[in-house]
Amino acid sequence: MPGQEILGFHNLCVTYGARPVVKNVSFALARGEAAAIVGESGSGKSQTALAALRLLAPEASTTGSVKFEGADLLTLPEKRLNAIRGRRIAMVFQEPMSALDPLFTVSTQIGAILRHQAGFSRRAARARALDLLDLVGIAEPALRAHAYPHELSGGQRQRVAIAMAIACGPDVLIADEPTTALDVTVAARILDLLADLRQRLGMAMIFISHDLGLVRRFADTIHVMRQGEIVESGPAADLIAHPQRAYTRMLLAVAPPPRPPRPLEGAPEILSARDVTVRFRLRGGWFAKGREIKAVDAVSLVLRKGRTLGVVGESGSGKSTLARALLKLAPAAGMISFEHRDLTPLSGAAMRPLRRSMQLVFQDPYGSLSPRLRVGEIVAEGLRAHEPSITRAERDAQAARALEEVLLDPALRHRYPQEFSGGQRQRIAIARAMILKPKLVVLDEPTSALDRSVQIEILALLQHLQDAHDLTYVFISHDLAIVRAMADEVAVMKDGRIIEQGEARRIMDAPREAYSRALIAATFQTGGI
Amino acid sequence: MNEAFRNARSFAERLSALGLGAGGGSVQISLAILALIALLCLFGPLVSSHAYDRVYRDYVLAEPSLSAHPDAAEVALAIETIARRMPARIEALRVDGDSLHATLFSDRPIDARALRAFERSDVFSAPRIVETQDGGRRMRIDAPLKRTVFLFGTDANGRDLLTRTLIAGRASLAVGLLASMVALFIGVAYGAIAGYAGGRVDAAMMRIVEIIYALPFIFFVIVLVMAFGRHFALIFIAIGAVEWLDMARIVRGQTLSIKRRDYVVAAQALGATAPAIIWRHILPNAAGPIVAYLTLLVPQVILLESFVSFLGLGVQEPLTSWGVLIADGARNIQGAAYLLVFPAIFLGATLGALQSLGAGLLRRFDAKSD
Repeated sequence: MPGQEILGFHNLCVTYGARPVVKNVSFALARGEAAAIVGESGSGKSQTALAALRLLAPEASTTGSVKFEGADLLTLPEKRLNAIRGRRIAMVFQEPMSALDPLFTVSTQIGAILRHQAGFSRRAARARALDLLDLVGIAEPALRAHAYPHELSGGQRQRVAIAMAIACGPDVLIADEPTTALDVTVAARILDLLADLRQRLGMAMIFISHDLGLVRRFADTIHVMRQGEIVESGPAADLIAHPQRAYTRMLLAVAPPPRPPRPLEGAPEILSARDVTVRFRLRGGWFAKGREIKAVDAVSLVLRKGRTLGVVGESGSGKSTLARALLKLAPAAGMISFEHRDLTPLSGAAMRPLRRSMQLVFQDPYGSLSPRLRVGEIVAEGLRAHEPSITRAERDAQAARALEEVLLDPALRHRYPQEFSGGQRQRIAIARAMILKPKLVVLDEPTSALDRSVQIEILALLQHLQDAHDLTYVFISHDLAIVRAMADEVAVMKDGRIIEQGEARRIMDAPREAYSRALIAATFQTGGI
Repeated sequence: MNEAFRNARSFAERLSALGLGAGGGSVQISLAILALIALLCLFGPLVSSHAYDRVYRDYVLAEPSLSAHPDAAEVALAIETIARRMPARIEALRVDGDSLHATLFSDRPIDARALRAFERSDVFSAPRIVETQDGGRRMRIDAPLKRTVFLFGTDANGRDLLTRTLIAGRASLAVGLLASMVALFIGVAYGAIAGYAGGRVDAAMMRIVEIIYALPFIFFVIVLVMAFGRHFALIFIAIGAVEWLDMARIVRGQTLSIKRRDYVVAAQALGATAPAIIWRHILPNAAGPIVAYLTLLVPQVILLESFVSFLGLGVQEPLTSWGVLIADGARNIQGAAYLLVFPAIFLGATLGALQSLGAGLLRRFDAKSD
């Protein structure tokens, strides 16, 4: 379908101070073409797109040119640029909640674009907004039009954001990781919507993603970016079938292999939970009655020493709450016992000595490390609590050993966490948990904030640690590909309940519940393998 | 994109660590200004040739100047005043270098004891009688002049404004720092405990804060004065006891948001005790807003002290504070604007330095936390 060129990047460079972020990027987008820019975080793919619309931070400087129908967007006067931005070239962002203004209703926001950019009257804009909501597949648009963004689900919000982007019938739609913040089943539907809209409206599209598997379904052309440069580009089918560069192959082969089944061997039970329920009470207003929400609803599970239990579910299914409840970090009803000791009656102080054996690793490596402490102090924190008698020097030495164990240079322990990358931070968080030689580690989405290549390294590290110390893991993730690589057993959670539980291979190959099937289908068709 | 921001930020941080960036520079400059003012206030009055409570009756509302007093007009005025009291007439008057040569004439013989008026004056030292004529009715005297400099001039009572400004600085800075520290310690401890405990403890503690809020500040001060009598220390207690409320609210709010962060949950999972978590995790991460509010608190306290003193409940004459001096200066603004200008410069410089110190520190904290 190569047609006439509509958007051309010529030697685009973006630098922050002396640091180049995008280096000599050149490619052309034809009318109606769907191009994908793929790369890991920090590869400059978003910067390329933002540079085209002059949406970069003020300290960035750009050289080269981005030609839209012959006009260079980088040097165009603000006024003419604004006539193109939003109207001819529109953008959809990753995080729909922050792309929508929380103070205005959906129809007001869509209407504002129509009135200002396309000169609609108030009444016409309202009618058109309803059409658009219908077009992006929002059920009952007349009702939803008066909703505020926080009243919509993540998927609906992204649909609204798309409706805003296509409101003026743009020639080019730039979608920057539009599905990354969404659950897999929702993401699959948004992708279908985007592909469908492109067909119907004949837009050209630039789709930015970190996931090569995701874009191959509908991209005509793929550009692979690494460290600010396009390392490989070509027609999607060719590039997927015959990747030239090792980096592309790495991106393609990213789904980690499933874990081989391990025999049970009658290992002792280490953790068991029966009918664990966590309720949140929502306080009512003056007239509304208070409501109760069961975040975790009568969950029972048994975990044997040295094994990994994978807990999968979409956001809001109660996985993280369950993780905290198992460690008695959230108030829960029901019975939890650890090494045959009932934890239920224990007070906070009585729990403290037990905490040594049960540790937690969080999803967000940026939020889980205190920015005011040096890495060495963070790692040694558990020793402070459990071995207050040891000297500072000994604590420091143990911290160094713990960092070595997670394959980080111990000399780095005098730095602050913000000097580390996401993967390194996650290693630090793992070292913090491991320094106490725990028996049970609850891993709450430990790889979700990381790039696939880093994810695989972290998974390998976790498996190595498990083998070395005979650890028991509860591995929580929304990503089935990751869970498949780690877990011996899998529990599928939905709305606070475990709907299906069993050996990992059995669930992956032959899920019994419809929901599990949908989850597996969404993961392994759009992403991964 | 975030990566790039982070890099730019860490670059700025490195700059400020070297003292080159805007943040580093402003912090150092403000610290230098504050140190200079504090040293001046501490040691200035010791070095000054004037006592802060010395009244120069002959130099009421003298203009600020570098040249020494008295000038010819002041000498003439002073000798006329003395002569009128004796009573005597001045027949001849000559100022020669550092001494005055005058001839006094009276209808009755002049009593030499009347010359003590010269010693009591701020203009002359003890005079020497050169000769007496006409049976003591005419007297020639030499009186050395006292040379005095009033760099900032004198106030309506004839007291040296420079010394008074420095003495006032002691009171203002002491109140500002001590009352702020009182507010800081009580407020931070109270707010952090309330926020971390949460639930009913939090609700009860914050209701207490609101009850204290409801008491009018002046009422509170008057009650304290009634109960304990007037004392300088009461100002610290009264101001500190009121100002910690805001600090407690700020710290509580920060604690509420920080205690939900993953690193706090991680510390709980590690088995750290509540005091350890508050001390090692919550307070360091709440430090930014605390420092920012503290630098706003110090000027607020200094102004509050001047208000209390203005009502006659705080610093008492002849001691003084910047607030009192400024209030005086404001009353005299038409006749003697310098009475307002000099204390205001000191107060303004202190407040400005504190503000920019707070802003600079806040930038540093921000750079670290992101």
